Amino acid sequence: MQVAIVKYNAGNIYSVDCALRRAGVTPVLTDDKETLMAADKVIFPGVGEAASAMTYLRAHGLDRLIKELRQPVLGICIGMQLMCRHSEEGDVDCLGIFDVDVKRFRSDSPDRKVPHMGWNTVTDIDTCMFPPELEGQYVYFVHSYYAPVCDYTTATAEYIHPFSAALHRDNFYAAQFHIEKSGSVGEAIFHRFLAL
Amino acid sequence: MDVKDGKTVKGVNFVNFRDAGDPVELGQEYSRQGADELVYLDITASYEGRKTFTELVRKVAAQVNIPFTVGGGIDELCDVERLLNAGADKVSVNSAALRNPQLIEAIAANFGSQVCVVAIDARFEDGTWRCYRSGGHVPTERELFSWAKEAQERGAGEILFTSMTHDGVKDGYANDALAVLHDTLSIPVIASGGAGSKEHFRDAFLLGKADAALAASVFHFGEIPIPELKNYLTKEGICVRI
Repeated sequence: MQVAIVKYNAGNIYSVDCALRRAGVTPVLTDDKETLMAADKVIFPGVGEAASAMTYLRAHGLDRLIKELRQPVLGICIGMQLMCRHSEEGDVDCLGIFDVDVKRFRSDSPDRKVPHMGWNTVTDIDTCMFPPELEGQYVYFVHSYYAPVCDYTTATAEYIHPFSAALHRDNFYAAQFHIEKSGSVGEAIFHRFLAL
Repeated sequence: MDVKDGKTVKGVNFVNFRDAGDPVELGQEYSRQGADELVYLDITASYEGRKTFTELVRKVAAQVNIPFTVGGGIDELCDVERLLNAGADKVSVNSAALRNPQLIEAIAANFGSQVCVVAIDARFEDGTWRCYRSGGHVPTERELFSWAKEAQERGAGEILFTSMTHDGVKDGYANDALAVLHDTLSIPVIASGGAGSKEHFRDAFLLGKADAALAASVFHFGEIPIPELKNYLTKEGICVRI
């Protein structure tokens, strides 16, 4: 199985690469159109800033390419946010795969710090995307922006208010949390995605 | 985990090392046991030691499936970049931040506050918490609470406070100082130094109001198994990941 990781100006790709290797696949990191189109699975990960990431994706023609992919695509963290319609981070229009706008967390008390960082539980999970055992389990988050709960939500987490921990539409899957850092729970999610 | 020449060591009151094994294997085992995060601290200062440590960070990133922080010997921004590229999730700065507090701002601006842990080693002496640098060897003019506040204002994402007074003594964390830090700061505080029993962890959370508790030797030598600790904390009404 050929798994491609989208190469762009976002950090933390190495951890995702390692996690996939632990799951038994050897991913290729690429921005080559043919390689991405031909891959069995595409991972769109990253840690970064939305506006500069979108500028880079557009400059390299990756914005249109990602939207046209037909194989299972998995966005992680900023990858998920870039798959939404718009992000408040840098006030930028994104890929529009998920018809929802990404907002910044606004803290309602000194104990609710932004970024939302650390282990948190996910609920209301959709088994089209996740193993059923995920319900109520802890996964690892680091983010200041979130996608509200919407028609595409396949897992919900709560911080300040409920938000989308994961999204799904057609062949596009996405998680706000760091699957690659979520211990054995994250490993089960990768296995599930790779088996799609 | 304190790492010297590729091996994990644990200082007792910052001197006298005991060998506690391979850092990568220990990290994997801690992840299996249910540790939420790992901290790897490079206590070798040489250039060669640093290269070895960077290689170790790459190995940890390849094998360990939970977040980890690395520190020790970080002097400038390029050290941070090197360690993040090697797969670390966060870096902790200590001596370099005391010498050059602008480093905190630079890390936060370039990589985000979420990667910037400011580690503070302090000892209670003459009625005040004095900050030390260089692995607890060199006293500074800084005082714990004002320095922690300044670190936060400069962009630190977390404070890792090690009480040198309590470290290695196994008689509990510095709960009074932790509680003051909690009330002074709006960023998470990690308690370090003094864990000897499960009750000590409970007290760090309930009395010290710590956001997280770090320990080394009680885990390295199997004195407190992590699952047992987490079950105990849950029974005591503290919310932990099981």
